[in-house]
Amino acid sequence: MNTDSMTHATSGADAELELAAPRAPFFKALGKWVRLQPLGAASGLGVIFMIFVAVFAPHLAPHDPVTTNYESMAQAPSFAYWLGTDQFGRDLLSRVIWGARTALFIGFTSAILGSTLGLVLGVTSAYFAGWFDLLFQRVMDVFLAFPLIIMALAVVAIFGTGPGNVIIAITIPFIPRCARVVRSNALTIREMPYIDAARALGYSHTRIILRHMAPNCMAPYLIMLTTFLGQAILLEASLSYLGLGVQEPIAAWGLMLQGGAEEYAESAPWIAIFPGLAITLAVFAFNLFGDSVRDTLDPKLRAR
Amino acid sequence: MKSIRLKTACAVLAGIAIGMSAALPAGAVTPKHGGILKFVVPAEPPSFDAHRETTFALIHPLRPFYSLLIRVNPDNPSSTTDFVCDVCEGPVPKPTDGGKTYTFKIRKDVKFHNGDHLFAQDVVATYQKIISPPAGVVSARKAYYVMVDSVTAPDHFTVVFKLKYPSGAFIPALAVPFNFLYQKSQLDQDMHWYEKNINGSGAFRFKDREAGAVIRGVRNPDYFVKGRPYLDGFDAIFAKKESLRVQAIRGDRAAIEFRGFPPKSRDDLVKALGKDITVETSDWNCVLLTTINHKRKPFDDVRVRRALTLAIDRWGGSQYLSKIAIVKTVGGIVFPGHALAANKKELQEIAGYWPDLKKSRAEARKLLKEAGVDLSKTYYFNNRAVDQPYKIVGTWLIDQWKQVGLKFEQHVFPTGPFYDVLRQKKEYDVSADFNCQSIVNPLVDVSKFLSDDRSGSQYGQWQDREVDALFDKMNQSADPKEQRKLMREMEKLTLDTHANGFITLWWNRIIPHRSYVKGWKISPSHYLNQSLDNVWLDK
Repeated sequence: MNTDSMTHATSGADAELELAAPRAPFFKALGKWVRLQPLGAASGLGVIFMIFVAVFAPHLAPHDPVTTNYESMAQAPSFAYWLGTDQFGRDLLSRVIWGARTALFIGFTSAILGSTLGLVLGVTSAYFAGWFDLLFQRVMDVFLAFPLIIMALAVVAIFGTGPGNVIIAITIPFIPRCARVVRSNALTIREMPYIDAARALGYSHTRIILRHMAPNCMAPYLIMLTTFLGQAILLEASLSYLGLGVQEPIAAWGLMLQGGAEEYAESAPWIAIFPGLAITLAVFAFNLFGDSVRDTLDPKLRAR
Repeated sequence: MKSIRLKTACAVLAGIAIGMSAALPAGAVTPKHGGILKFVVPAEPPSFDAHRETTFALIHPLRPFYSLLIRVNPDNPSSTTDFVCDVCEGPVPKPTDGGKTYTFKIRKDVKFHNGDHLFAQDVVATYQKIISPPAGVVSARKAYYVMVDSVTAPDHFTVVFKLKYPSGAFIPALAVPFNFLYQKSQLDQDMHWYEKNINGSGAFRFKDREAGAVIRGVRNPDYFVKGRPYLDGFDAIFAKKESLRVQAIRGDRAAIEFRGFPPKSRDDLVKALGKDITVETSDWNCVLLTTINHKRKPFDDVRVRRALTLAIDRWGGSQYLSKIAIVKTVGGIVFPGHALAANKKELQEIAGYWPDLKKSRAEARKLLKEAGVDLSKTYYFNNRAVDQPYKIVGTWLIDQWKQVGLKFEQHVFPTGPFYDVLRQKKEYDVSADFNCQSIVNPLVDVSKFLSDDRSGSQYGQWQDREVDALFDKMNQSADPKEQRKLMREMEKLTLDTHANGFITLWWNRIIPHRSYVKGWKISPSHYLNQSLDNVWLDK
């Protein structure tokens, strides 16, 4: 019995030691990063706040974001409706909160998909090199020739509207952008002796690409990912504003802006102001955070 | 003696003056000649041939170039039964031969803009193109003239329409504003000539066009109505965005937009311009429908379709939506206010119009339960990417259905792809749809609710022979009372018993225009009263 207790106590202490060991450097590193990147830290807090709001939207929103209330159409901000109501009498605060969920869901999904596919394709292109690389890069050139929004518009025109199609529309233009950046990094890695060693050991192309090259391209990948997050949120809002993104009655910031900006700009400006503010702050936070991540991960910038 | 004559002369002159002023309606002002009317149009015409097109985008810029055989009375366009001759003489003729023959006398002073006289043969050629177009020529409204047996011209100035059976729908169908009179010689040379060219006999002549920007017209000095038009010309300016059109009127870059603005834009203009803006409103012969796909489960079940309509609070919706959208009036399948339309009491007996909303929704929930509808599933609502009124009403409908537990996802498409889903792909469960007509002619307008092998515009894929039979019987009846009775039966079957499709709300036309625009009167359709010959500028 005692032995058992001793064993448990010992293994518990070991576990604590094991956990404590990596914790100290992490918090130390975090503290150093906060000191070096105060803006990045502030924006990181903003991002965390957004994620919190998005995750707990059902608990935070005071009203149902889609239920119309025609007794309270276009009401100015008040105690009952902190940010006012829209033309359908829906609570703007609740829609802004739920809009964060839409923005982050579409933003994260398309940014992760776009940069991950870009990573794999960029590394693959660099790994095979030769005619494959040449051909693949020309295809990427074609995609890169289109501005982000034009490319997204074209994709929505083909696939139609709705959250799923908006994710596809935003993901596709991200892929070549990430692939191009990652490829330049992967070209260097491709010449490393450990890649030659992996080849000599007879590893498959897939294994070399995914297990030996891709993990070593994480720095540009993470930089692109964080950059894409802000862009994706802005693109989603732009598409929704143009009526090509998510559709009513889903709460989405661009859609809310579209509904209120033109007709109600004078008589009920809050309908456009609050979703506009949410888009601005979210994009600002993600862009600043992305810049800080880049500054931290890019060895050239880090050296300075 | 001299002073007595002077006094007598003064008294006579005063008497004449009083007499003349009494003859004018109270508040009437003598129209002024001159000026260019600038108006904004939300879209460009797809072609210049009115016989093939169905859009106001053609009517607004092109109707002033053309004449019709008969038209709605421009001084009383809100009436649904007041028609007057345009190129015909005298009042609109009464039928002879037991209601089967109409003889029109054509004016002798009508000229096309190319200088040629307009004869009865031109009218015949026009109507033959409309009623029985040759292969390869599109006529959008040929179904309106199923009662016509023949159109002939016994001489240069007489046109005779012979009907297969007497029909109350015939005269309103003749007054359709798309029936521009074309020149026979031009049609003989090329049936498609009018698709790209303009040669009418209307109050204005075509001046020029800047694609995507403007169509200009100038006064026709040979117009057959002496002293008309009052304007020197017009500029039809194309502006797709509503905000742009509102700002154009606000900044006096344009004086009017003839389609209609939402209530909010009206309020903004009135607030900004005060007495410089005059607002005219009217019920609109346009209705937003909901087409249900009868081939998709569970909507093939009449109980589910009835539940859909029972969930809708039309009376409340009318009150609230009319503040933010161009819809207002609660009505059945007939234009509200028409003699054939249902009154409020009759409407309240139809499912979805009951005065007790709680009872209505309870019934809807019960029907959904009975039908075993999967309430966890999200259904497909197809809608058109046009805010007014489609997207606004679509958002409202989704909320209404949510009240009885039905979840719909709105799929919004630009006009082309929207129609593609509605007409070709049929991928929807429920779709927004509309029935917009020019002349209020319920006997023809309700053809949208016929079986899909009878109606060219019914996309719900249903066949209802009971409704078809009622429609035929109604159209061949000359007795208005019987027509009304049959219409009620058709309405009850369509909207309630069989719940084939349903009406949401009828549109409400709001035209805020610069107060200096005079002579134009609002009508129940944005297609009507657009010849501009009676419009003048009080500047």
